Amino acid sequence: MSFFDLFRFKRKSSASIAKERLQIIVSHERRRPSTPDFLPQLQQDILGVVRKYIPINENQIKLSVDRKGDSEVLELNISLSSDS
Amino acid sequence: MTEKLLHEHTEQTQAKVVVVTSGKGGVGKTTTSAAFASALAVRGYKTVVIDFDVGLRNLDLIMGCERRVVYDLLNVIHGEGSLNQALIKDKRVGNLYILPASQTRDNDALSIEGVGEVIAALRKNFEYIICDSPAGIEKGAMTAMYFADEALVVTNPEISSVRDSDRIIGMLASKTRRAEQNLPPVKEHLIITRYDPLRVTKGDMLSAGDVNEILAIPFLGVVPESKSVLAASNSGIPVTLADEGDAHEAYFDIVDRFLGEDKPFRFMDVPRKGIFSRLFGGR
Repeated sequence: MSFFDLFRFKRKSSASIAKERLQIIVSHERRRPSTPDFLPQLQQDILGVVRKYIPINENQIKLSVDRKGDSEVLELNISLSSDS
Repeated sequence: MTEKLLHEHTEQTQAKVVVVTSGKGGVGKTTTSAAFASALAVRGYKTVVIDFDVGLRNLDLIMGCERRVVYDLLNVIHGEGSLNQALIKDKRVGNLYILPASQTRDNDALSIEGVGEVIAALRKNFEYIICDSPAGIEKGAMTAMYFADEALVVTNPEISSVRDSDRIIGMLASKTRRAEQNLPPVKEHLIITRYDPLRVTKGDMLSAGDVNEILAIPFLGVVPESKSVLAASNSGIPVTLADEGDAHEAYFDIVDRFLGEDKPFRFMDVPRKGIFSRLFGGR
């Protein structure tokens, strides 16, 4: 760093912006292959079980995997509202 | 004695298949393949470099043997010519051979089985088999990496190139013969090309450290942005066979590190300036 650099207005360099953007997108894309591909089948099976007791249609059941911190969360949502 | 026996029992021979890959185009795969293969041959290893870019072959131009191509990889696979007829012996270095790609078909014509037979035959006669991958993640690129024992991942210090390299690293770990047969994984190496230390210092370019941190595979070195690379390709001479220069030396360092030598990293910093220009930030 030169003497005059000390007085220059400190702005975020484009390289550090690039690095941050890359870190986010790369970690996101690395995670994707680990998303289980059995989700649609699991959803169908759960739908079948629930239907034995309550009449619902496919749109009333939602299944997703999310990552919160270090753990993965399997989220199951079944809405029992009237027809949708 | 025991060592000799050991070698005979690992694989058929000690031949190593090295894929040069990147995902993104234009980052220097073919330049690197040509320079790397030539430097291995200069170091005394019997080396063949294969162009996998069927339909868009260019390795022959970079190696300066475009007028000597008669038979190509696909002719060999389809039995229209023998492997020996297709191999072009380099006129400058002994030990160095080129196997060109076909120009008249496309990458879909490559079959894993056919390429596997060619590579098995080459393993018997060569110590290093360098596979110059096409860009993208289509069949040509997947075939080029399939038989790899080691991989040179060529990256520019630029976001789209780094992202694509990350994708390719994921595929090396899942879509190769080694992955499918549960063998030890493909050994990956990172090469950063078109590196400009001055722009890194100014904060305009990702540093080698940044790229290393993101991709997190063993680092072989940088190749500085250099006019001599274009000059070499203009004349059909691989950088490592051309006159000395930054890129020439950088590639030899990279090959020597690949071969296990412990060489200090060079070309990562701006050349030191005198006290005057440092005080006044001379530019």
